[in-house]
Amino acid sequence: MSVVTYLEAIRQALWEEMESDPRVFLLGQDVGTYGGPFRVTAGMLDRFGPERVIDTPISESAMVGAAIGAAMLGMRPVVEMQFIDFISCAFNQIINFAGPNHYRWGQQVPLVIRGPAGGNVHGSAFHSQNPESYFQHTPGLKIVAPATVADAYGLLKAAIRDPNPVLYFEHKYLYRRIKAELPPTRPAGAVQPVRPDWPEPQGPEGAESVAGAAAVTGSDGEPVILGKARLARAGRDLSVITYGAMLHVAMEAAERLAAEGIDLEVLDLRTVKPLDEEAILATVRKTNRVLVLTEEQLSGSVAGEVAARIAERGFAWLDGPVHRLCCPDTPVPYSPTLEEAYLPNVDKLAARVRELASY
Amino acid sequence: MAKSSTGKGNARRSARAHAATGAGKVTATRPRRSRQAAAGAPPEPAPSDRLASTELTAGQQLELYRFMKLNRMLEERLGNLYRQGKVVGGLYSSRGQEATSVGSAYALAPQDFMGPLIRNLGSMLVRGVKPREVMMQYMAKGGSPTGGKDGNTHFGDLSRGLVAPISMLGALIPVMAGVALAGRMQGRDLVALTYIGDGGTSTGDFHEGLNLAAVLGVPLVVIAEHNGYAYSTPTSRQMRIQDIAARAAAYGIPGEIVDGNDVLAVHAVTQRAVERARAGGGPTLIESKTFRMKGHAEHDDAGYVPPELFERWRQRDPIERFERHLLAGGLATAEELARVAAVIDAELVAEMDFALASPMPPPERAFAGVYAT
Repeated sequence: MSVVTYLEAIRQALWEEMESDPRVFLLGQDVGTYGGPFRVTAGMLDRFGPERVIDTPISESAMVGAAIGAAMLGMRPVVEMQFIDFISCAFNQIINFAGPNHYRWGQQVPLVIRGPAGGNVHGSAFHSQNPESYFQHTPGLKIVAPATVADAYGLLKAAIRDPNPVLYFEHKYLYRRIKAELPPTRPAGAVQPVRPDWPEPQGPEGAESVAGAAAVTGSDGEPVILGKARLARAGRDLSVITYGAMLHVAMEAAERLAAEGIDLEVLDLRTVKPLDEEAILATVRKTNRVLVLTEEQLSGSVAGEVAARIAERGFAWLDGPVHRLCCPDTPVPYSPTLEEAYLPNVDKLAARVRELASY
Repeated sequence: MAKSSTGKGNARRSARAHAATGAGKVTATRPRRSRQAAAGAPPEPAPSDRLASTELTAGQQLELYRFMKLNRMLEERLGNLYRQGKVVGGLYSSRGQEATSVGSAYALAPQDFMGPLIRNLGSMLVRGVKPREVMMQYMAKGGSPTGGKDGNTHFGDLSRGLVAPISMLGALIPVMAGVALAGRMQGRDLVALTYIGDGGTSTGDFHEGLNLAAVLGVPLVVIAEHNGYAYSTPTSRQMRIQDIAARAAAYGIPGEIVDGNDVLAVHAVTQRAVERARAGGGPTLIESKTFRMKGHAEHDDAGYVPPELFERWRQRDPIERFERHLLAGGLATAEELARVAAVIDAELVAEMDFALASPMPPPERAFAGVYAT
């Protein structure tokens, strides 16, 4: 076991998938020679060659479109958005082409769009966004947002092996701030050739057979499945449901509140779409008080969807209103004092928990 | 290089020059028109009724004829079904543009891929789509290729090299560039072909997709059907240039102009572009000058199109023009052509009976298949 950062875990997962599966290739801006602005793809051009590590023009829509076309032919493209904010430039390809494709005509589109999301790094309005709520509305997409090193690794592998279009939102605040043990990178053998006997493209009926997804084993030895939440902390008094960087806010708040005699349960959603409704309702049933903590702007948020499902299906178990602690409905501000006011933090969470605990 | 061509020495030579020196030049495969339209004006029909010469055999030319005739007669059948209230949504016609669809699709090899648009029914027929599939799609039947989940020509089948479009124009260009890219990565001998209209060239994806394809040098052929109108909007409101092919220069790729109502010329120019792509020469943008002889969809009477423009183009109807070519060249007799139509008609009646008998999809299907498993 070696200790790696969240960023290195992403890189390691990507590297291993590139090693083991010749269908996996990268499309993005500055991913090749430069290795990406955050160095996620550093060294990959040398290892896998320009055919599989493709620097593209500044054309997010064409990057995603090309990935869709390649995915239909059985490839497993991974598209990097230099910052996830720029995913908006590919909105049409994602919500109209990739998402509905399997429903419309039975053709799967196995691709991953990944990139750095989130704030708290003073990136201002266009380098800090959390765009998951735009995409949670679109049928056929999956959205993952890892909060831990183990999930950064396991969820990316699971996303690449999933037969659907998966948006993988990595939180840039966590890149070098959290570390954990991961299995060492597999020793590098010969790179798999891209051209083994390629199966003929199948009609919609046979499409599934092209791309059977092998299960991913996480660093804890457990299988990683998209759509499964993780109980990050068991508690009795109140549940915080969250994901991404906000998980760490919740865990720190839990320590502080424990000293005050409030025992928080923390559920890490890990997958924002599809939601693990079973796990959500289980924690509501257990603690009867729930706060949804996310880094999105409040209105139309994933947090709103979680709260709505609890209100609809868990109402009988609730001892108080479902609270949401999110960002205000403003663009992400630049100045540290403004961004601090904008983002949820441990103080704000603790205050809201105390309020909710008083019901 | 080209197994067939327009047969015009100069056009052929310039195509070779493209392949050798590359890029950015626009070639007209027919002599420049005497009637020079203003920038952004709708295309004008070719001054001559004569078709480009070809190396296609008489049998192949008759096959082209059959596909064009099937294209038109199927759409006429669909028009009847529409007026009977049996078509669930809108109905889109490619009347007048059959030569572009059929001639271009006919230049593809079986392993090639195509992303057709709504006015490329003829291309789909060439790729093996059956009339019943199209009829069931339009009538939203349970037995349609999408099981009732989508309509009209919005379906695909990779085993026939067909990628389904979406309604957002331009989107198919980067997608087909990705198909071409994957084909190259997988070592397939594969060329991707897709279409766009004059209006669709105004989209961002047209630019992004062609530029990406050019930069990556992938085997992609894009046919821009310049049919005068994007719904009701004339070309003059889409662009300040007369020839869409001029846009090729912006991507450093060859641009070609072809008489879109001459199936032999369309076939030849597409074949050259396909062979260039297959040989590693990268993408080509082909502008097909043609005309949409109906409204945007069946409900649209196209009252915004000057009647004399319709009349001028009617004289260059691609099917009647091809009939004149076949008859004058002794490639077919009037009786033989009539027999082709009669066989198609009988086939369409049987296909329609089959399609009409297909049940509507069960309601529970609405909830199935969002995710691949």
